[in-house]
Amino acid sequence: MSQIPAAKQGHRPVAVVAFALSHVVRAETNANEVEMLMPVVHEVFAKAGITKDDVGFICSGSTDYLIGGPFSFVTALDAIGVWPPKSESHVEMDGAWALYEAFVRLQEGDIDIALVYGFGKSSLGDLDKIFALQLDPYTMAPLNPDLVSLAALQARAVIDQGIASEEDFAAVAARSRKSALSNEFAQVRRDDSLEDLMAEPYAVSPLRRHCLPPISDGASAIILVAGDRAFDLVERPAWITGIDHRIETHAIGARNLAVSTSTAKAAEMAGVGEGPVDLAEVHAPFASQEVILTTALGLPSDTVINPSGGALAANALMSGGLTRIGEAAQAILDGRAKRVVAHATSGPVLQQNLVCVLEGA
Amino acid sequence: MSDQTYVTKDPRGPVTQLATPIRLDYLFTAGLSLSRNLRGYQRAEFVGQKCPTCGKVYVPSRGSCPVDGVALTEEVPLKNTGTVTTYCVVNVPFAGQSIKIPYICAQILLDGANLSFMGLIQECDVEDIHMGMRVEAVWVDEADLVPSLASVKYFRPTGEPDADYETYREYL
Repeated sequence: MSQIPAAKQGHRPVAVVAFALSHVVRAETNANEVEMLMPVVHEVFAKAGITKDDVGFICSGSTDYLIGGPFSFVTALDAIGVWPPKSESHVEMDGAWALYEAFVRLQEGDIDIALVYGFGKSSLGDLDKIFALQLDPYTMAPLNPDLVSLAALQARAVIDQGIASEEDFAAVAARSRKSALSNEFAQVRRDDSLEDLMAEPYAVSPLRRHCLPPISDGASAIILVAGDRAFDLVERPAWITGIDHRIETHAIGARNLAVSTSTAKAAEMAGVGEGPVDLAEVHAPFASQEVILTTALGLPSDTVINPSGGALAANALMSGGLTRIGEAAQAILDGRAKRVVAHATSGPVLQQNLVCVLEGA
Repeated sequence: MSDQTYVTKDPRGPVTQLATPIRLDYLFTAGLSLSRNLRGYQRAEFVGQKCPTCGKVYVPSRGSCPVDGVALTEEVPLKNTGTVTTYCVVNVPFAGQSIKIPYICAQILLDGANLSFMGLIQECDVEDIHMGMRVEAVWVDEADLVPSLASVKYFRPTGEPDADYETYREYL
């Protein structure tokens, strides 16, 4: 029996044993949400070598605002087949927070296996209008500030505070798209020269088109297993040795947008700095945000950032953060890495952040 | 906010209400499975879909068997006839009402299906509606067929003897 790495917060050991995701596309016009999610759930069960009957808890992340219909997460359970009835929960957030809830649920000790998934179709509505509604309803939402303009305000703060330049943003985008060439599930996969990227006109200054994420439909799923049972299912479980999430004020004007205090605090609580980091999957939908996040996470200089291509290559809303945890965990499951960091973000301009440290035995 | 600590000098007093109109428009993905069902309506046919695991036939289908979590692969043509499993009589007028009250809304279990759905009952006095009543679909004219349940004008009694309670008790 392999040894389980020590958990920073002294919690019951929980590991990612399987990860699956859909091919992320601009618009999935054939399959509905259930049909998009179902093959991903089947795949993650197959990878873990279990069935739905082995699962003690199900938790999902999605938002009704993307589909424009109430209780769409209940409909999505049709993709699982919850009969006999299962203990189930949902977060109106990225699936990374559903994973956090499942992690907490597994701490109770009465069940060992949880299914977590996130899904979303960004192609069905007007994202700028939809995401304006997560802002302060009295003073900000009525102004309908679009996603790119808010990110541009943040990028401007990054430049003004001397943290990074437009060329740095382009370098992030170029690296992400190039890394995605080896990720068949990603959407933007290409090798661009920095010169070509810098020659693009501004989308919203100081952001050029390459700094923006693609609009994506997709889903991903993870199986969490607590305790020694994980070794029964896979050779190298990816143990969650630290996980934490923090939120900042709703008032965007009250924050220094060029830094991410919540990410730094979550990273500290999860123990990011307490060992080497082979690779990090950082959930940065905008190139400018990756600069902020890698600084806040305190990653060593030799850490490989977003080998999957990250959110700049595939930005399936509500599963993008969960996919970061899955991609990072997969590196351990495959034996490509020993200690990895995954990050997920939610809310406007990096308001809320989750950090997860995973280690192999 | 405590009214002890802050009192507005505006003679109108504090703002107590703020209107921020919101409108969101969406596309809808019917999906592979529901599309087969909706195309059936366009041909004046009920198309059921069978679960390869439990054999249940769903009409309409959202793409999976909600019991087994698998895609429904086999199409099952269903007849126009079914059974009223339960019903209500609508006596309340409301905005946008297009049917003269009182009228009957019923859950209808098509013959050969394992899922009931809501339908309008016409050509039937409200005193006569009852559980187990046999009904059939009346379709709109061929030129008016659309890929939705709007192709079904209504259901009406067939006059057959009532269905045995045991045949629909599972669907109440």
